[in-house]
Amino acid sequence: MAQDRGALMTELCNDPVMLEHWHPVVSLEELRRHGRCRTMLLDRAVEIVAQGEGAVVRCEAALVGSLVQYGYVWASFGEAPKPLFAVPEFDEADRRFVVTGVFGVQVSAGRAIENFLDMGHFPYVHAGILGEEPHTEVKDYDVEVSQNRDEILATRCRFYQPKAAVSSDAGAEVDYIYRVPHPNCAVLYKSSPMDAARLDVIYIFVQPMGQERIRAHTGMCIIDDASSDLEIRSFQQTIFGQDKPILENQYPRRLPLDPRAETPIRADKSAIAYRRWLASKGLRWGVIPAGV
Amino acid sequence: MKLYDFELHAECYAARLMLSLLGVPHEVETVDVYPEAAHLTPAFRAINPLGRVPVLEDGALRFGTVQGILAYLAAAYDTSGQWAPDTAVLRGEVAGWMAIAAELAATAGQARLIETMFAQGDAEAARAGAEGLLRVIDQHLWFGEVEGRDWLCSAPHPTIADIACFPHLVLSEDGGISRQDYPAIRRWIDRVKRLPGFTVMSGVFATSSAL
Ligand SMILES: [Fe+2]
Repeated sequence: MAQDRGALMTELCNDPVMLEHWHPVVSLEELRRHGRCRTMLLDRAVEIVAQGEGAVVRCEAALVGSLVQYGYVWASFGEAPKPLFAVPEFDEADRRFVVTGVFGVQVSAGRAIENFLDMGHFPYVHAGILGEEPHTEVKDYDVEVSQNRDEILATRCRFYQPKAAVSSDAGAEVDYIYRVPHPNCAVLYKSSPMDAARLDVIYIFVQPMGQERIRAHTGMCIIDDASSDLEIRSFQQTIFGQDKPILENQYPRRLPLDPRAETPIRADKSAIAYRRWLASKGLRWGVIPAGV
Repeated sequence: MKLYDFELHAECYAARLMLSLLGVPHEVETVDVYPEAAHLTPAFRAINPLGRVPVLEDGALRFGTVQGILAYLAAAYDTSGQWAPDTAVLRGEVAGWMAIAAELAATAGQARLIETMFAQGDAEAARAGAEGLLRVIDQHLWFGEVEGRDWLCSAPHPTIADIACFPHLVLSEDGGISRQDYPAIRRWIDRVKRLPGFTVMSGVFATSSAL
């Protein structure tokens, strides 16, 4: 392991796909708490310093492009990164925005996103919360790549969950929509136990520190005026803590993009679409490209 | 009885595990440790001046270290007398392994906090310290198996010393410490998991995966 780390650190990411994207580096909440944050992005050490309402990001002494959105500072080494994806729910005033924490995980960003999209592991890894035997079947759902928005959309997902959210008081069949609007970010919409007409938003914004090392930023934007921030955070941290050892025991740690490299157990449609979408972008960093 | 608790904290898990093994009814008050650092606020320091979880409250009594909590629970609520045995030899052994548990917290536990929750510190140094301890513990358990001893101390049953060490060992991979080279530790982890009243935490599963 020590050897792997050494080998990976000698080379800096030069993948144009990664360099041209915005990446989350720190939540405003964490930045306000500490004033500054030293972390890694794409193999480079970066420092984020709070400034007014926003932040300044530096790599060595040089300024790095940055913006503030969705409660996070985002940075890019690119010349002209395209605007960050839209999540309009962040602007709905009656939603609770709760940062549930940032966790270091020894895994590639692609593996983390794929796990986030996978419903099949719920009854086994999140038993009694997001799933429960014998309700193990993943019912058929739809996946499309939205051309005009360049994102993956999985709709009509349904799963029986004993405790779908902190505010749930009974098991229920829960509707899910997944969006993957960025190679390392995914947004999940699920039925709100508090408001039948609206959907709760749960996000994972992955900061790729290296090819096999991430900071996973998670949080929620939900309709819930009863639960405390602490209850919401504890619920999500318990779930993420359950995923972490599963993520870290996946080999190879980088995501194989060759469709024949791994047979996902049920040839999971969203995983296949995600890998194909990454391959179509020409991504080579943090993945095992097809044909290698 | 009340436990001030944080789910992902290794030493809180030791306290929860002991309460579960002894079947002691209690309430839990979650402290917003990460990322809010609520354990360092003046309000929480009024409960535990050390600014640490876990804290156990039993009536007017309060214990603010995991060693104190485990020793108290065993002395006060273990009718079997097994968890903190009273013989000279076992008292010495338990005290010794409780000290090792604290060293595991400072090494394997610290590596986990650095890697997972971005605590300050030198992860490589913490891992190096932990590997030295794991090597000794693995040997001790391996020779124990040869002699028919299943636990850290020489009693034919587990003690609070096993419970104090368990969270740091079962969570070692979070800190980048693989247990691949410590087979006797892996078998001991399985034995702990089979104890009546065993309880999991987020990231620890009831049965070991086939790793
Ligand atoms: Fe999961």
